[in-house]
Amino acid sequence: MALEITQFLLSAQSPDANVRTEAEANLTRFQEQNLPSFLLSLSVELANDEKPIESRRLAGIVLKNSLDAKDAVRKEHLVQKWMEIDISIKSQIKDLLLRTLGSAATEARHTSAQVIAKIASIEIPKKQWPELIASLLTNMTHQDRPPSLKQATLETLGYVCEEISHEDLVQDEVNSVLTAVVQGMNLAEHSPEVRLAATKALYNALDFAQTNFENDMERSYIMKMVCETAISKEVEIRQVAFECLVSIASTYYEKLEPYMQALFELTSNAVKGDEEAVALQAIEFWSSICDEEIELQEYENPESGDSEPPNSHFIEKALSSLVPMLLETLLKQEEDQDQDDSIWNLSMAGGTCLGLVARTVGDAIVPLVMPFIEANISKQDWHCREAATYAFGSILEGPTIDKLTPLVHAGLDFMLKAMKDENNHVRDTTAWTLGRIFELLHCPASGFSVISSENIRQVLSVLMESINDTPNVAEKVCGAIYYLAQGYEDTVPSSSLLTPFLTEIITYLIRTADRTDGGDSKLRSSAYETLNEVIRCSTVAETSRIIEHLLPVIMNKLEQTLQLQIVSTDDREKQGDLQASLCGVLQVIIQKLSSTDETKHIILQEADKIMTLFLRVFACRSSTVHEEAMLAIGALAYACGPNFENYMREFYPYLEMGLQNFEEYQVCSITVGVVGDICRALDDKVLQFCDGIMKHLLNDLGSNELHRSVKPPIFSCFGDIALAIGEHFERYVSYAVTAMQQASQICAQIDVNDEEFMEYGNQLRRSIFEAYSGILQGFKNSKPEVMSPYAPHLLQFIELVFLDRQRDESVTKAAVAVMGDLADALGPNTKLLFRNCAFYIEFLGECLQSDDEQLKETATWTQGMIGRVMVS
Amino acid sequence: MAPHDLRRPFKRAAISDQQRRRELSLQRQAQHRRDAQHQARCLASFLNPHSDPDPEPEPETTPEPEPEPTDSPKELDVRHASKLKGAEARKWFARQLMLPEWMIDVPDQLPQDWYVFARPAGKRCFVVSSNGTTVSRLRNGSMLHHFPSALPSGARTKDSSGSAQSYSILDCIFHESDQTYYVIDMVCWREYSLYDCTAEFRFFWLSSKLAETGACDPPSQYHRYRFSPVPVYNCDQAGLSAAYTGAVPYVKDGLLFYNKHAHYQTGNTPLALVWKDENCSQYVIDTDSKGQVPSQQQVVLELQDNGNLSTSDDPPVVFGCLDQAFIEQTESRSGNLLRFAIGDGGLNFVDGKLEKADLHYLGKSNRARAFADSYSKVG
Repeated sequence: MALEITQFLLSAQSPDANVRTEAEANLTRFQEQNLPSFLLSLSVELANDEKPIESRRLAGIVLKNSLDAKDAVRKEHLVQKWMEIDISIKSQIKDLLLRTLGSAATEARHTSAQVIAKIASIEIPKKQWPELIASLLTNMTHQDRPPSLKQATLETLGYVCEEISHEDLVQDEVNSVLTAVVQGMNLAEHSPEVRLAATKALYNALDFAQTNFENDMERSYIMKMVCETAISKEVEIRQVAFECLVSIASTYYEKLEPYMQALFELTSNAVKGDEEAVALQAIEFWSSICDEEIELQEYENPESGDSEPPNSHFIEKALSSLVPMLLETLLKQEEDQDQDDSIWNLSMAGGTCLGLVARTVGDAIVPLVMPFIEANISKQDWHCREAATYAFGSILEGPTIDKLTPLVHAGLDFMLKAMKDENNHVRDTTAWTLGRIFELLHCPASGFSVISSENIRQVLSVLMESINDTPNVAEKVCGAIYYLAQGYEDTVPSSSLLTPFLTEIITYLIRTADRTDGGDSKLRSSAYETLNEVIRCSTVAETSRIIEHLLPVIMNKLEQTLQLQIVSTDDREKQGDLQASLCGVLQVIIQKLSSTDETKHIILQEADKIMTLFLRVFACRSSTVHEEAMLAIGALAYACGPNFENYMREFYPYLEMGLQNFEEYQVCSITVGVVGDICRALDDKVLQFCDGIMKHLLNDLGSNELHRSVKPPIFSCFGDIALAIGEHFERYVSYAVTAMQQASQICAQIDVNDEEFMEYGNQLRRSIFEAYSGILQGFKNSKPEVMSPYAPHLLQFIELVFLDRQRDESVTKAAVAVMGDLADALGPNTKLLFRNCAFYIEFLGECLQSDDEQLKETATWTQGMIGRVMVS
Repeated sequence: MAPHDLRRPFKRAAISDQQRRRELSLQRQAQHRRDAQHQARCLASFLNPHSDPDPEPEPETTPEPEPEPTDSPKELDVRHASKLKGAEARKWFARQLMLPEWMIDVPDQLPQDWYVFARPAGKRCFVVSSNGTTVSRLRNGSMLHHFPSALPSGARTKDSSGSAQSYSILDCIFHESDQTYYVIDMVCWREYSLYDCTAEFRFFWLSSKLAETGACDPPSQYHRYRFSPVPVYNCDQAGLSAAYTGAVPYVKDGLLFYNKHAHYQTGNTPLALVWKDENCSQYVIDTDSKGQVPSQQQVVLELQDNGNLSTSDDPPVVFGCLDQAFIEQTESRSGNLLRFAIGDGGLNFVDGKLEKADLHYLGKSNRARAFADSYSKVG
């Protein structure tokens, strides 16, 4: 059955494209014509130590890709294909794979381990490979088996544990697997290769070990072995052992108490003296503990302070030793660490952990850090100054405003002066710290801010000067301006202290965006994103003239991108990025100026030109639509209202393209939103485009490829369309409502324990109700009878939602509203229906007692509507 | 299989505005969808004037009252109007009532599309309850009563339901003899604007809401005047007969016809009509201040910049023109309301358009008057 395919596999890696393409085609044909034989041939190739390693490698990869895919739909398809294969062939393949674990070639062993795990993930839950675990364990228990086989076996066990649940095996098997893995870590018995493989296997098996972590003795044994391994002679093994500890910290936080003293010593020694790779993991252990405790605090009972599971306050207990340990790391900076975003070192990890500790314990950290700052901030050595500044910036989130305000007031002047420090790192960290100060301690709407009319001028003059500093510093300065502007967001419409400086700030930001020394586009996009926030948080009444002048400047820049020479795909990408930034700014300007009747005309005057630009941006690409341009068009459609019709003929092809973009689902989702904007802008004039739009929306709903998050917005969009075109929705109603009914079945089957899926279910429910509301209101004045056949199903669905005690408030609102819409639109025809649905009385009663005014309003209205039907 | 990436974007957090832009767009769209659906449900409220595709022109004379920082600037209009005082309030309210035209012919679809009810005789007024007190204002905007009532937020009682901010505006006729406010329409209820709602909805709302509050109860310490709805009928044979001849506790002043689908429109509208004859009204024709029926039909017209004399209709109908000398002699100014008698020449029509009217100047109108007469009244 197996065919000789070595040559194809080698040719498929040939540098000659023709040879390569032909070989790939041959392999694909083989795969399509006879999958069982194809997979068997690949396994034979992989297992054969006499074959070249290149062909064996590719055979392993193709085999793995024939069993697994990232995309869930494709994966399901592959699994199905595997299960259809004759059992005897599957057995042969599995035997070959297990035999390969003993191969002399490391790579073949490794690939085989992965493929075995993939098959195990399919077959073990179905009890179709009962002998796997036993045969792997045999490899471990026989003294005479070579270390390479043991190493490959441990790797396989780790991967298998990662793929399956401990519930797929009987507990005895689970225990034997873990025993084999943990014993593999034993120093006395095994070579370093085997111990490394065992430690990695344990890392992959930690979730699988759930039951064993519940048992004190077993857990203590595992912890003892991990701690011993964490001081192995071999640095690589130590590192993996610490990775295990990091994972245990988050997976088994509530079991850690008895081991914390030992773990503190272990991590503390590693941070102080071990290799960086190990020390970084040791710091990460504490960061993970912080993550857990911060999350526990979020869910704890505000009165008793209790949480489930209980908060052990490890950070608080270790604080006085932990903080000095972390402060020490801050002094271990590297030259040039701020120039390269990929650098991650001890000082950065230490500062990050310090920030998390501050968020965990709040005020208590301040007295432990302030002496360090005071001692180092003025020292000769830049390392000290930078470390002190970084420490200050790191603890600004967590402690109370009252605690921080005097410190920040006292320190602000110093920080502003430090923007002229001779050292680039010090300036970089100072600018970042200023950004943190503005982000966290500048909130005029809540009544506190380090910025006042006395110091704003000085603050801005420092920032404007420093925005000309090196790109890394300039980028942090942009961040500082971003948060400075954001502070005024909620004070709008009253005046912002920034108003008198706005022209200057905008000028500097544009100049920064134009800089050519930024290397990549990061500084430029930071400058534009900051510009957006500055515009968004400005007071439109005071700044409309300035924004009006900015509009042609940005339009001009966008125009220039259309003239760029495009030779390579790299050029194309750069052009796209630049257009994204500029379309973003235009979107913000359009939204700002169209938000008031006094300034809307500015946008309306320029609308033709703006729209032409957007269409030309779209035309730069052949197959995809520009996401940011699409977002901006939504804002423009809202501003233009019915006049947007003028652009529809030219814009429509791009709208279609966006609705068909399954791969970049964000683009699809945004386009669906824009359809809604257009419906509200055009009203019934959108009708001429609805056949196409509805076709694509229905296709999108039916697609398995499209990300599910786009589907709820599509239902809401049905409502938008129906409301706009009224009775003309009749031609789509059976398709739309069928899809809505199907989706409501899905809602009924949602697993209440899956939080993420629950959230999706809520969105889906809400959007289905919104669709019904739009359709019912759309038909109300002309053809309400169209909806009569669907009324019973809708009421059943509402009842189902009503019975769900965990339903989201937004779902409740939509459900109550749609009941009113039903009564409003169908009138006396619904009398009998409502009479037979006693639940609505209880539902309304519940809503009328709510504290939410909006919900009460809606419920009152619905009550009136149903009341009118009942007395009719 | 690979250990997770350790690097956390603490100091290097890139400013990501794109997600923010997406979210803000979604918020905006959700808001507009809510507005559009609210509007479809007739819940459109003044709180979101931008959602209204055809907003009523805001009265230019509405000044900003004392600034209230907590209020969003959008909440203009009715909310502020409910707090206006003095001359400002007069100006605003003078323009807010929906005024019927005279019924000259029978509208199509009368039985299907119209309501009828017997109009109580008395003072037409707006009643505003808010902030623990109730104020009634006459057609010219001047205050009639200032009193506690059982309307929402209409009195300072301990158990006042709803927030103090809540307010309501009713269109009423104050009937002297039984000291009762007969509610003929509802413009706002507990902050719900009903302007954009059909008469059908407003009347349904009125009948279901008013009784709930206790406003229809007899007067008490915190409720000085009784409120009462009026019986409203469909314009079929039975309804017309009931309105025309049926017994009501008040003196009738004609019949009012409201189109079921019409929104509450300020000023004169052909979607509200009034009919009077001697059977259903004691005031078939104008009386003078002594209650005497004048010998000639009188008309009040507004003097325009160019000397034209016009009615209060939109567009105004010109009845005649005054020369400059006459204007100076009578010290009249543009905007003045002047009272004329229609002489024996009556009104002359050419092709259905008024060509000339035989007018005789009587004097300036009563200062309490805010409007000229409408064409349908004169015709």
